Amino acid sequence: MESASPILALEDVVKVYRLGDVEVRALRGITLSVGAGDFVAIMGASGSGKSTLMNIIGCLDRPTSGRYLLAGRDVAGLPKGRLAEVRNQTLGFVFQSFNLLPRTDALENVELPLIYAGVRARERRRRAAEALAQVGLGDRLHHRPNQLSGGQQQRVAIARALVSRPRLLLADEPTGNLDSRTSVEVMALLQALGRSGLTVLLVTHEADIARYAARVVVIRDGLVQSDERRAPEVAVPEVSA
Amino acid sequence: MNPWQTLRVALRALARNKLRSVLTALGIIIGVAAVIAMVAIGQGAKAKVEQAFAGMGTNLLIVMSGSTTAGGAHGGFGSMPTLTWGDLKAIEDECPAVRYAAPALRTTGQILSKYQNWTTSITGTTPDYFRVRAWPVSAGRLFGGSELETGAKVLVMGQTVADQLYGRGASPVGRTVRVSGVPFDVIGVLARKGQSPMGFDYDDGVFTPETTYREKIQGGLANYISGVILVGAVSAGATIRAQAEIQGLLRERHHLPEGAADDFDIHNLSELASASEQGTRTLAALLASIAAVSLLVGGIGIMNIMLVSVTERTREIGLRMAIGARPRDVLAQFLAEALVLGIAGGAVGVALGTAAAVFLARRFDWPLSLSPAVAAVAVVFAGIVGAVFGLYPARKASRLDPIEALRYE
Repeated sequence: MESASPILALEDVVKVYRLGDVEVRALRGITLSVGAGDFVAIMGASGSGKSTLMNIIGCLDRPTSGRYLLAGRDVAGLPKGRLAEVRNQTLGFVFQSFNLLPRTDALENVELPLIYAGVRARERRRRAAEALAQVGLGDRLHHRPNQLSGGQQQRVAIARALVSRPRLLLADEPTGNLDSRTSVEVMALLQALGRSGLTVLLVTHEADIARYAARVVVIRDGLVQSDERRAPEVAVPEVSA
Repeated sequence: MNPWQTLRVALRALARNKLRSVLTALGIIIGVAAVIAMVAIGQGAKAKVEQAFAGMGTNLLIVMSGSTTAGGAHGGFGSMPTLTWGDLKAIEDECPAVRYAAPALRTTGQILSKYQNWTTSITGTTPDYFRVRAWPVSAGRLFGGSELETGAKVLVMGQTVADQLYGRGASPVGRTVRVSGVPFDVIGVLARKGQSPMGFDYDDGVFTPETTYREKIQGGLANYISGVILVGAVSAGATIRAQAEIQGLLRERHHLPEGAADDFDIHNLSELASASEQGTRTLAALLASIAAVSLLVGGIGIMNIMLVSVTERTREIGLRMAIGARPRDVLAQFLAEALVLGIAGGAVGVALGTAAAVFLARRFDWPLSLSPAVAAVAVVFAGIVGAVFGLYPARKASRLDPIEALRYE
């Protein structure tokens, strides 16, 4: 049951890398459509092509052939500078290793995308504080990454992804560096965001994590192997002492 | 991003790594500080030399009479009087490049006060003499035109003579001294002028109107000037012109035929000054080359550390690109960082160099000349050096692939 207005639509996307004389066909014709508000997990072993797919969906890379419509706009052939603008305005990124700037407080880290969007300082600070409150860190605005736990750091990173009000949140192994209890916390947060209408695309190789998604797409050898929709498990974080 | 935001991002990035930022700019800081200190002290030395030449008089020419020749032995300039009072008047009236011309009739004699005596040079002259030499009184007054006309027995003395005759701090103005047995009223004491570059004490001498001098001290040879004529040109640039005008005028007045040697000699003190200026120019060229080398080394230091910084911050660059930094935003940020390092390094260098110059000047009693223009040029240059040497690392950063950069460990 595809949504009437897909937030992203890939049509026969192929990606070929040249490593010297060898051609590596990382993606061999992916067709995928994700509706607004969906919560999709993309799974696959390493070497399956899921990272390449993620990079193309995240507008960090361009397909060799095929069409990619993001929020109704064909972005497959855009130059680097325009792709940066698309990433800034339409997408939010969450990484496995958080990628927060060191020696920089949470507020400033979250403000970063708004700087490149040209938002004025006062407005930036207001929206960054709002995003941090949304992820439950309203009382940690001036903590630096080294003063925060792993789960809190990832929540700062999620706030940074949310602050530019994206259409699509891309989470690449967001729990890869976290223990199981903190992982559940982060997944609960992503589910809550999904419920509020944000489209979430989760890349993971852990079935434990994928079960929180409403739809699981498995990639193998550069092709979609399966695409199933099911009732997601609701992440219930333990009440911390 | 607008330039202001780029600058703020660059400043934050630099503030995140304060020690490295300081070390990066260290080459520029030391280079600029050394140049500022040397320029300040070099300018001070130059000013001191110029002051010494200014002490002799501004735009000064000295016209001397010719030499006697007796049995093949030349007596040297000034040994034969050839300059007349008419010549003096002609120089004053007919040479457009001449502002003042004053006679200086000189002898050595004993001055007697009530208690003391002192042997010194006695000069007979006109009030213009003090104008040529830019020499005011520190007490009393100079003699004027009426005293010159009447041959009044008045006298102005140098500070050294005043000190010798009356002791330090006492004012001799209004007292009477005797010169060659003639009583003179002391009407003024000249401001201290110090020593010539060769150690001659300008303040050791007394001055009377030339009329009084001729009547009471010299006697005889009334038509000729038994001394020299001091000439002040209209400007420093006009001394050569004044020299040519006087030479032509005197050759005509002395009826010297074509090919005959001058029976007078003109000394141009600005030639001496220009020789010292030549030395100063050499010093300035040396300083400039040191400045160029130190800024080059400082610039290479900036490039070196910026390259390391780009490698070290690869993930940061990847992240910035992922969340929407365009290649030119990254380029602008790293260029701004290099520019800020250059300008800040230059400013700190100016402060340190000034402090060092002031310290050295106090410690060793050197003259000092601080120039805001030199400081401004140094800071601007340091900024340019930073930007030029930061360009390559900044381009490197802006061309990173965000996927590779985010994966970089």
